[in-house]
Amino acid sequence: MALIELVGVCRRFRLGESEVMALADVDLAIDAGEYVSIMGPSGSGKSTLLNILGLLDRPTAGSYRLAGKDTTTLGEDEQAQIRRQTIGFVFQSFHLVPRLSAFENIALPLALAGVPADERKARVEAALAAFGLSERAHHRPDQLSGGQRQRVAIARATIMRPAVILADEPTGNLDSATGADVVRLLESLNAQGVTLIMVTHDPALGQRARRRIRMQDGRKIGDEVR
Amino acid sequence: MRGRVTARAPVKASDTLHFALRAATAYPLRTTLMMLAMAIGVAAVVVLTALGEGARRYVINEFSALGSNLVIVLPGRSQTGGFSPINAITNTPRDLTLEDAQALARLPMVKRTAPIAVGTSEAVWRGRLRDVTIVGTTPDYARMRRLEIAQGRFLPEEAPHAAVAVIGAKLQSELFGAEPAVGQILRLGDRRVRVVGVLAPFGQGLGMNVDEIVIIPAAVAQAMFNSNTLFRILIEASEREALGAAKTAAEALLKMRHDGEEDVTVITQDAVLTTFDRILSALTYGVAAIAAVSLAVAGILVMNVMLVAVTQRTAEIGLLKALGAESRTIRRAFLAEAALLSLVGAVAGFLLGEMGAWALRSFLPMLPAQAPIWAIVASLFTALATGLTFGMLPARRAAQLDPVTALMRH
Ligand SMILES: Nc1ncnc2c1ncn2[C@@H]1O[C@H](COP(=O)(O)OP(=O)(O)OP(=O)(O)O)[C@@H](O)[C@H]1O
Ligand SMILES: [Mg+2]
Repeated sequence: MALIELVGVCRRFRLGESEVMALADVDLAIDAGEYVSIMGPSGSGKSTLLNILGLLDRPTAGSYRLAGKDTTTLGEDEQAQIRRQTIGFVFQSFHLVPRLSAFENIALPLALAGVPADERKARVEAALAAFGLSERAHHRPDQLSGGQRQRVAIARATIMRPAVILADEPTGNLDSATGADVVRLLESLNAQGVTLIMVTHDPALGQRARRRIRMQDGRKIGDEVR
Repeated sequence: MRGRVTARAPVKASDTLHFALRAATAYPLRTTLMMLAMAIGVAAVVVLTALGEGARRYVINEFSALGSNLVIVLPGRSQTGGFSPINAITNTPRDLTLEDAQALARLPMVKRTAPIAVGTSEAVWRGRLRDVTIVGTTPDYARMRRLEIAQGRFLPEEAPHAAVAVIGAKLQSELFGAEPAVGQILRLGDRRVRVVGVLAPFGQGLGMNVDEIVIIPAAVAQAMFNSNTLFRILIEASEREALGAAKTAAEALLKMRHDGEEDVTVITQDAVLTTFDRILSALTYGVAAIAAVSLAVAGILVMNVMLVAVTQRTAEIGLLKALGAESRTIRRAFLAEAALLSLVGAVAGFLLGEMGAWALRSFLPMLPAQAPIWAIVASLFTALATGLTFGMLPARRAAQLDPVTALMRH
């Protein structure tokens, strides 16, 4: 059974009179532990697809089964719980809370899940060490470099040990060397069994994925496995 | 799915509070503004009610100085109950006597009594003649009316039948001029009395000008007027709280002494005081209500500031949702922030108000400006309730943000 199963997923946006078909009839199955890159021109629906996979958005039509469970019938709170427990997001613009330290940013998902403070501390410290951020634990985001910020964001995305990591252009705001580091970090997580789905504009990075999906005009036009 | 089953909205209250605290301290200007608004509102309530309460206490104190513990007995039944056939037949008022006054003085909640016999006569000294009001009473009268002696002494305790007199300040100057009055023999009608004391100027009180009276022992006065009847009996209750009990006991005792007839009227000065008390309390409530308006204004400010906060932190809210925060978690975080700011502001305002009241007390020592407990509790509670109420809309707006749209705002 596939971890992720989209059948006939559409996502329409209404903009006044006109309608935009951001996703048109997308079928997609991804197994646990896969490494998938999603590429395609701007406006082709990559982010929309990722948002639906991450339960931040709902399809207008079609069905989405996550770990065998139909997600389209779930209520808001149930979806939130799945996001908490199963999904980790990494964004292009990091999305760190500016007033909180690296430590506190990484601890956020644990607090949202109600993990007790002492366990939280141990887990965050372990994550900081694993991501080479121990020295930066009490720095605020504006005191960190871009690469460090994205490492904090990745530590936060993985602190709940999610089954899936969804990364939307995680290297978009980084220089190529730092970007490569970040991608290697994500790949090492994938090597440990986490399903990695990454949107990227960089063909070189996209080629690294074992499975590559191409999008255009809201449709999946390519899906190749190396 | 590797997710564990957890309870709904598992965020701990302490975490919500801590998050709200971090958010509040991250925007010091906004936070200060909001707390200032609350603080001014609460301080206004505290200072204004302190002022109102101070005025109320001032008036009560003044009345107490005039003898607010006084119960007054008048002969005759006041016809407040309308026409009664029994009254019509039996209404022959019995005299109030010196013995009545002495019996009343023995009641447990009565501190002392003073009989008052009143008559008029002419006072003559060395050919100078003047019509005067004569008050026959006992030495306690001076204490109960808080009369002060300018020269000499008041009526002697040891000689209730002595032919002595204490005269009012004005009378002294009119009859004796510059000469010392104490020790002189004054003629009252056909009797001679020795002046033993002169009262300090007093003014109007109990329906007569104290500065123009001649005070003599009650027994002497009754003999002079050839009557056993008293004009009034003054009773001083042991304390203000015992006033009602003293009144009831006096009525019962006099009814018993007068063979079961309710032929006297007993009144308290308290009735007047109660009216004043009511008016001034209403005034305090009034200013409290006006001051509370500033709290409502503070509430509107809270709402606007929190709405700005929601707009400022839209991306953050989107992130929290992406991390799996439920709507209610976000709502609680923003509500907690509003409540926290309101409460801290309210406490600051309370301290500010207490300082203001203290300043008032220092500048106007006769006005015991002290905010009543109810006003303090109500203003703190109102501040918190206002913060929560007006924080509700922004918090709900934050909770309802669409995560995708929110995340795009960066
Ligand atoms: N909230 C929205 N309202 C209206 N239209 C939207 C909305 N979100 C996306 N769209 C439209 O849907 C289409 C797909 O957008 P999407 O963001 O998924 O593209 P993308 O592939 O991620 O592009 P990019 O590479 O520039 O990030 C675009 O035409 C976009 O304008
Ligand atoms: Mg995109």
